[in-house]
Amino acid sequence: MSHMDPNTVVIQMKDIVKKFGDFTANDHIQLTIHQGEVHAILGENGAGKSTLMNILYGMYPPTSGTIEVKGKEVHIDNPQKAIELGIGMVHQHFMLVQPFTVTENIVLGMEPMNGLSVNLKEAREKIRALSERYNLMVDPDAKIEDISVGMQQRVEILKVLYRGAEFLILDEPTASLTPQEIGELMEIITHLTADGKSVILITHKLKEIKMAADNCTVIRRGKYIDTVKVGDKSEDDLAGMMVGREVNFRVEKKAQTPTDTVLEVKDLHAKDYRGAEILKGLSLSVRRGEIVGLAGVDGNGQSELVAILTGLGKAVSGDVVLNGETVTNLPPGVLFEKGITNIPEDRQKHGLVMPFSVSENLILQNFAKAPFAKHGILQQKAIKDHAGKLIEDFDIRPAGCEQRPAGTLSGGNQQKVIIAREVTNDGDLLIAFNPTRGLDVGAIEFVHKYIVEQRNKMRAILLVSFELDEIMSLSDRIDVIFDGKIVGEVKGEGADEYVLGKMMAGGAA
Amino acid sequence: MKQKLLGSHLLLTLLSIVIGFLVGAILLLIIGISPGVAYAKLFTSVFSEFKYIIYSMIYASPLIFTGLSVAFSFKTGVFNIGAEGQFVVGSLAALAVGIFVDLPAILHVPLCLIAAALAGAAWSAVVGFLKVKRGINEVLSYIMFNWIAFYFSNYVVNLQAVHKEGGGEASKDILESARLTAPKFLTDMCPYANWGFLLAVACAVLVWYTITKTTLGYQLRAVGHSRTAAEYGGISSNRIFLISMSISGALAGLGGAVQLMGMSGRLSQFAGQEGFGFQGITVALIAGSHPVGCILSGLFYGAMKYGGTKLSLVNVPNEVVNIIMGTIIFFIAIAHVFRKLFQRKQKGGAAA
Ligand SMILES: Nc1ncnc2c1ncn2[C@@H]1O[C@H](COP(=O)(O)OP(=O)(O)OP(=O)(O)O)[C@@H](O)[C@H]1O
Ligand SMILES: [Mg+2]
Repeated sequence: MSHMDPNTVVIQMKDIVKKFGDFTANDHIQLTIHQGEVHAILGENGAGKSTLMNILYGMYPPTSGTIEVKGKEVHIDNPQKAIELGIGMVHQHFMLVQPFTVTENIVLGMEPMNGLSVNLKEAREKIRALSERYNLMVDPDAKIEDISVGMQQRVEILKVLYRGAEFLILDEPTASLTPQEIGELMEIITHLTADGKSVILITHKLKEIKMAADNCTVIRRGKYIDTVKVGDKSEDDLAGMMVGREVNFRVEKKAQTPTDTVLEVKDLHAKDYRGAEILKGLSLSVRRGEIVGLAGVDGNGQSELVAILTGLGKAVSGDVVLNGETVTNLPPGVLFEKGITNIPEDRQKHGLVMPFSVSENLILQNFAKAPFAKHGILQQKAIKDHAGKLIEDFDIRPAGCEQRPAGTLSGGNQQKVIIAREVTNDGDLLIAFNPTRGLDVGAIEFVHKYIVEQRNKMRAILLVSFELDEIMSLSDRIDVIFDGKIVGEVKGEGADEYVLGKMMAGGAA
Repeated sequence: MKQKLLGSHLLLTLLSIVIGFLVGAILLLIIGISPGVAYAKLFTSVFSEFKYIIYSMIYASPLIFTGLSVAFSFKTGVFNIGAEGQFVVGSLAALAVGIFVDLPAILHVPLCLIAAALAGAAWSAVVGFLKVKRGINEVLSYIMFNWIAFYFSNYVVNLQAVHKEGGGEASKDILESARLTAPKFLTDMCPYANWGFLLAVACAVLVWYTITKTTLGYQLRAVGHSRTAAEYGGISSNRIFLISMSISGALAGLGGAVQLMGMSGRLSQFAGQEGFGFQGITVALIAGSHPVGCILSGLFYGAMKYGGTKLSLVNVPNEVVNIIMGTIIFFIAIAHVFRKLFQRKQKGGAAA
């Protein structure tokens, strides 16, 4: 990396404290960013990373502490001010207008006027130039709805660059990207820093930190722990600093013989939302006491398959058989009663009712059953006690969050709420879709342990994940999905990453 | 946190009410009327005597019902702009039972109320059915159903069996046993005093209880907040839409019955829609869709309506009341913009 001047401090956040009510999300945090560096921020779910970045981006003011940009103290009271200071932020959830083109999205809110009409030509040229300069390969005329998630993220980055950002904040930019897209993003980041821009990178993946970052600031439960040179530390060191204990990356799994078949999917055909055929005769089975991993690149039919299995989508033809009974296209409530539980892909859309409290969310499928309801009346005490127990067992933070709206928890803790609920809903089949997306390494270890425990209790587990590492470390059997069909199956034990990767790309085993 | 939000809604509502009166004052000044005189009259018309307060409560009763109806629908994310029509069919059903069935009061009154609730529920459920089975936007069909109810009511009032001989453009009176008349000491004070207000309060509490404490309420709120997550949890949103729209219709229908059985005693032919349903939207918005809040905002609207009737005594057009209410709603409707600004300020304040 050729830095402009890696010794120039460009941003300094000193003693930042942020309180929400009497809860302290940031407790005297220090952050120093140099010109041209990639600075990672590492911390467990709910440690306060997003909060710190939102403060830097002017979303809300710190309770106390100061911010200096290029040596001058500043008060960033709104994002507009942050943008003027050269700070740009790419949020985890994109804020793009689907039917608009890339250019239209980028100029939105600062349209170049030509008399009374909007002059897009100039903007388009500028966007094309920026895209070339940083190797983003974005087509300014493409419509957002037609481009992939990875491409949309680049549009967000372009938007920030277009507004003249020198400092880019990327909050969990890789959480929804495929491994290939992640590689490309890392390259883009290199182009940016080579040009003297500084990048603040939030990610839970230590691999990415090792790959891209120069320095790393660790925070734990809102407190500043340390800032270290990434080159001096191993992944294990970083994980230990972040969690405050040693993290075991290996999943312990005892050998076990699966018994009868719980789920059998036969020759399933289905269409995606555009009406194109997406499942093209998919068949698979899961037995009691085994974890079957479904490996594949996003967009090969995984979402549609899980939607059908959980009753949220419809199959055109083919059968879903559960414990010998055909259950194809039954509604979600019925499938749940028959024993299909699910950690959904999209936690904000399906997993949680965001304005509902954590307690209310924890009874989403069972609200009408004893002890949570009697004669149609909700039993507040039972509901609260149940939540209290799960919050403690699953270490959902902050402790005592029973009555908080789920939407105010950090992303990782929202995921823990769902996991707590679905793991304790005992059905014969558990479908886990990207169960550790957005979780910190400590929480991942914990979730993996739970999934294995469910297997050991002789539940059937279907694990759908875009993380090959996760599939390989958990599965007893791996099915590879490509273009709406299973194209190959390997044993989990000793599976070869290279072979799997080739199958996932449509090549023969 | 929650209290803060509630607090800020209350604050914004009060602010909107103040602005409503200010805008009314400006308009009065423009047409050369002293706002002081007008507002003083409005105030004394409501508060100067105990019986006036009772009158305000009488005016408020149907509005609390339609307010509850709209607020209930909001909880599930449906906009019941059809409370107007449900109100009308409710009063028609109560009228039919009130005229043609002869029973002791202890049975007659509940029967009329039940008929009205069922009629309102059915009227709204048809729209719900079109929504969930045919995907027809409820707002459009509700508005159509309002007009159908309106013309149907005028038709029924003029039917020979219903029409009152020589009674102008109105129906016969309902039987005395179907009336909600209050005890004598109250009717001595004001002849229209009736049980409607107590019924409205009871319904508001019942609605509040249903929404917050029951499994049905859980489902209503879940669907209202996130249809996708509710479906994922096994709640059929179509079923919930049907239930919520029916209950909402029943509440509006009860409003129609209370107006008939407590106040008018008969139905007249109308030149235009009476507006109880639309005023219910205002009541629900001022209440922030809180059922118990609907009692307060219904009282407010009722008092304004009652006070408005006396403005002509001081040569003030009573339309000024509509303008004030319209302005209040306008500001409450754009209040979420305010609220965002406000919360940022509050956060800043709390942080400093
Ligand atoms: N607006 C808010 N009101 C109340 N509490 C909040 C608010 N925003 C964040 N918090 C709390 O502050 C803490 C830190 O949240 P933050 O989103 O910064 O975590 P994070 O480090 O980004 O975690 P994750 O990795 O899970 O995204 C959490 O406990 C969260 O519940
Ligand atoms: Mg975060």
